[in-house]
Amino acid sequence: MIVLRRIGTGLVVLWVAATAAYLALLAAPGSTVDSIIGDGADTPLIRSQIVQEWHLDRPAVVQYVDYLWRAAHGDLGRSYLLQRPVRDVLGAQLWPTLKLALVAAVLGIALALVLAVTTRRPWSRRVSSTAELVLVSTPPFLIGLVLLSVFSFQLGLFPVSGDRGAAALVLPAVTLALPIAGVLTQVLRDGIDRALDEPFVITARARGLRERAVLARHALRHALLPAVSLLGWLGGTLLGGVVIIETVFGRPGLGQVTLQAVTSEDMPVVLAVVVFSAFAYVVLNTAADLACLVIDPRLRRS
Amino acid sequence: MIAIRDLHVTFPHRRHTVEAVRGIDLDIEPGECVAIVGESGSGKSVTARTLVGLAGPGAVVRSAKFEVDGRDARAFGPEEWRRVRGGFAGLVLQDALVSLDPLRTVGAEIGEVLRVHGHRGDRDLRVRDLLATVHVPEPERRARQHPHQLSGGLRQRALIASAIAAGPPLLIADEPTTALDVTVQAQILALLGERRAAGETLLLISHDLAVVARLADRVLVMRDGRIVESGGTASLLSAPSHPYTQELVRAVPSAATRGRRLSEAGVVAAPEPSGDVVLEARGLTKRYGRHTVVDDVDVRVGRGEIVGLVGESGSGKTTVAQLLFGLVAPTAGTVTFEGEAWTGQPERRRRARRRHLQLISQDPLSSFDPRWTVRKIVAEALPRGGAVEPLLERVGLGAELLDRNPRQLSGGQRQRVAIARALAPRPSLIICDEPVSALDVSVQAQVLDLLADIRATDGTAMLFISHDLGVVHHLADRVLVMHDGAVVESGPVDDVFHHPRHDYTRELLAAVPTLEGEIR
Amino acid sequence: MTLVLDRPLVLRPPRYAGFLVAAGFLVLMLAVVLVPGLFAGDPLAADPMHVLEAPSTAHWFGTDQLGRDVFDRVVHGARHSLAIATAATLLAVVAGVLLGMLAGLAHKYADEALARSFDALSAFPLILLALLFIAIAGPGALSLVVAIGIATLPHYARVVRAQTFVVRQAGYVTQAVAFGRSRLRLVLRHVLPNVLGPVPVIAVIGLGEAILAAAGLSFLGMGTQPPSPEWGAMLSEGRNYLSVAPWVSVLPGVVATLTVIALTVVGRHLQRRVEGRLG
Repeated sequence: MIVLRRIGTGLVVLWVAATAAYLALLAAPGSTVDSIIGDGADTPLIRSQIVQEWHLDRPAVVQYVDYLWRAAHGDLGRSYLLQRPVRDVLGAQLWPTLKLALVAAVLGIALALVLAVTTRRPWSRRVSSTAELVLVSTPPFLIGLVLLSVFSFQLGLFPVSGDRGAAALVLPAVTLALPIAGVLTQVLRDGIDRALDEPFVITARARGLRERAVLARHALRHALLPAVSLLGWLGGTLLGGVVIIETVFGRPGLGQVTLQAVTSEDMPVVLAVVVFSAFAYVVLNTAADLACLVIDPRLRRS
Repeated sequence: MIAIRDLHVTFPHRRHTVEAVRGIDLDIEPGECVAIVGESGSGKSVTARTLVGLAGPGAVVRSAKFEVDGRDARAFGPEEWRRVRGGFAGLVLQDALVSLDPLRTVGAEIGEVLRVHGHRGDRDLRVRDLLATVHVPEPERRARQHPHQLSGGLRQRALIASAIAAGPPLLIADEPTTALDVTVQAQILALLGERRAAGETLLLISHDLAVVARLADRVLVMRDGRIVESGGTASLLSAPSHPYTQELVRAVPSAATRGRRLSEAGVVAAPEPSGDVVLEARGLTKRYGRHTVVDDVDVRVGRGEIVGLVGESGSGKTTVAQLLFGLVAPTAGTVTFEGEAWTGQPERRRRARRRHLQLISQDPLSSFDPRWTVRKIVAEALPRGGAVEPLLERVGLGAELLDRNPRQLSGGQRQRVAIARALAPRPSLIICDEPVSALDVSVQAQVLDLLADIRATDGTAMLFISHDLGVVHHLADRVLVMHDGAVVESGPVDDVFHHPRHDYTRELLAAVPTLEGEIR
Repeated sequence: MTLVLDRPLVLRPPRYAGFLVAAGFLVLMLAVVLVPGLFAGDPLAADPMHVLEAPSTAHWFGTDQLGRDVFDRVVHGARHSLAIATAATLLAVVAGVLLGMLAGLAHKYADEALARSFDALSAFPLILLALLFIAIAGPGALSLVVAIGIATLPHYARVVRAQTFVVRQAGYVTQAVAFGRSRLRLVLRHVLPNVLGPVPVIAVIGLGEAILAAAGLSFLGMGTQPPSPEWGAMLSEGRNYLSVAPWVSVLPGVVATLTVIALTVVGRHLQRRVEGRLG
């Protein structure tokens, strides 16, 4: 019951997000045809094509419902710049981006877990918190540029750009992972601190548990709750971050497609990327909500 | 088992050092039940935790002698302390809802102790046995449940089961019944008594003299980190020699204290009830969906009368307060206030009359705007141009507190500010919802005296809601006993409490530990 | 004999030290924004004789590909970068507070609708939402302000909504009812001030986030257009010379980072104070 409600809420949010993106397109100055064409080729033929494709001759409500219907079936329209279905354009670039995002996510989460658990002593804790503060406050592209400058240009350890082989993945993945690790470590550390102040920790210690076991079996589980609920944020940050990181490291991927689409005002592509990112966020967020239900039995009530 | 001389526990902070325990001696012999009694901040909990090496973060412990189980604990390393915890001494804290890990099942929590202390054999079976030992029904099902799925009493039993799981010869219970209803408290005390009868040694920490009196052989009274008096339970509580112990014993409200002051010698005048009715509720009912919270309740409060409303948690007494106060509209029934209809009126009409009906809650701090000083808080309630200082003086607070923020005040001072504010509009009735439940017994005594004085001089009527039968018996003229949303019995307080007619009232009264009842 | 239990105490420098340094840095930044001429020379003066020179006493941050002094450009760029971030944050705070309060005080269904809208808006990653906006409205400083403002709005709206709920049910509001206060006075005297209390603090931290977003978008070429100096745009331009002159892109980024760190430190310090006051 509660699971269904969470999923229902997710669907509602997704619907509102898709609608908002659609409204943004309508709200753009000039006619819809103009904004879809953008800087692209402008001929009467293309205009009539657009009118046909987007069914601009139909009433607005019908257009809107049609847009939702097609988006729900994965049909995201046609790119006018590339003259291909948006789905194919994105599909071709999805893997490099996904690969980067996944590696970065795993790296960031692993780093955060290790740091939050191992830096409990006052001095290591101070060093780690300072590092977290710096990482969280640094623009991701600066991290990328510094890494690039040191490891590629000065030391020549990694390729400067491109997507050939695992070596090319290292620096971009680290760049993306570091700020994530910074945020997650802070959240986990805070969660562990809070949990260790709770009375049940005294009970656990009074049972003769080792401090390490108190941390692993009791406190960490409590600290996971706020961290897990950041899952949606994590997905969004990764998708937003790749746009910049792919530029810094000259990698192919969704980010490059998006940037190109924005500069050439290829609206169907931009819209599709934005709606896709919202979709990813909602899916991850709903998954996080459900994971929290598994972790914390108290949430299962009502 | 435990032999300690000149124990000091200090918490060094940047600017000042907190001396929680200042040189106490403590001996516990096998098989006896020793109790440490004290008010908040007396150092009793720190003492108990120091016995298992958990004095707290940053604590510095010094002693001339610190023997645990015949060995010098001052030389203990982390591993030795670990073996003491759970293995030699089990610790039971207040409120199992937060003292058991809320994310783990009860069975996992108890099983953890078994694993840590190298239990051989079927752990699940042992967990079930332990739950059965502390009289948890359906132990198999309960072991799979989480703490929040258990009632307060069952939770506390499960916590005790986890403390005794590894068979420690010493059980330390730190306020084990404080968050519980009286009937549940009686059951837990009986369970602890059972452990003691089985030959276990018990160290009981409590603020409640009556609870201690029921179980302990010996009592140590702590104040400000020192032991002010110690001795056999019966002799110490019936004839205390130290002034502080005398003060404590005198401060406990009960049937015997009616009409006299608690915080000092003297009597309180109780005015003759005039017969005028200030507030009358008839057939008050509140339903949320299919759930009936308040069921056909009649309340009548006469001018200058104190009416007690007692009941355990979930009995609906706080909802009655909200209905009478007019925050929540009743599903059925009417309230008449000062002779005019109170329910069913639009708020706009009630506003002018609101000043005559005031409210004091259990947690005064949350009832103050966090940005405001004492002066502003009290002034908000005053009619235009009224002065704050005389009001503060009436409740026994000095003018130096005027510009403080309530957060800088003690619990008793905060409740006095709340009372001053309630008095400001010259109300004819004050609804007091558990006003002294969060206070230490000596502070509670002062606040109860203050309320009695206010009634005597101003003739202000009060509806006094409490779970504490002693407090109600001490203060109230009439009493209503609530159970499951309904009033099961009502009448003059002496009649109801001395000659209860309803089974529930009898059960409630039998469960309450009283000083007089325990020391025979 | 002394026995120390649990973790030992460590003498720490006073917690104020970090706050004071950070606050000092922000005051300096404010001065830089208000009168950049006091601290640095012409950011546009090119010197073809001194191109891509390393940091020295003459050019603290070195020179860029046109021989312009990087320090001068960073100082003057502060105005652009911080103005965009401040304007965006102001927009987000004002709109967020209004919508959040509306939701918090509104009827159940209206509240639910608003809350879901906040959720939907925060479903878009900040950078992508801004890019959508820029794709429609075109690049430029104004686009950045509106885009970042809209994208960060749900954060404030949610905090304010939650806070409104807490305050609405607080004991002191109940108490004020007992003094016969009207609904409007209740809202003005008790609800509004206590709801707004934490807003300035989260806005300080939010400002840092806005600086990062603005720099990122400028880096992608969506913000202030060359040659006027802006931190993100400077990084973007200098990127091409990263192998020979890393200072051209890295040093502006370091200044941006320091500003964000300072804002975060000050914001968290204030947050602790506010929490201490309320809790």
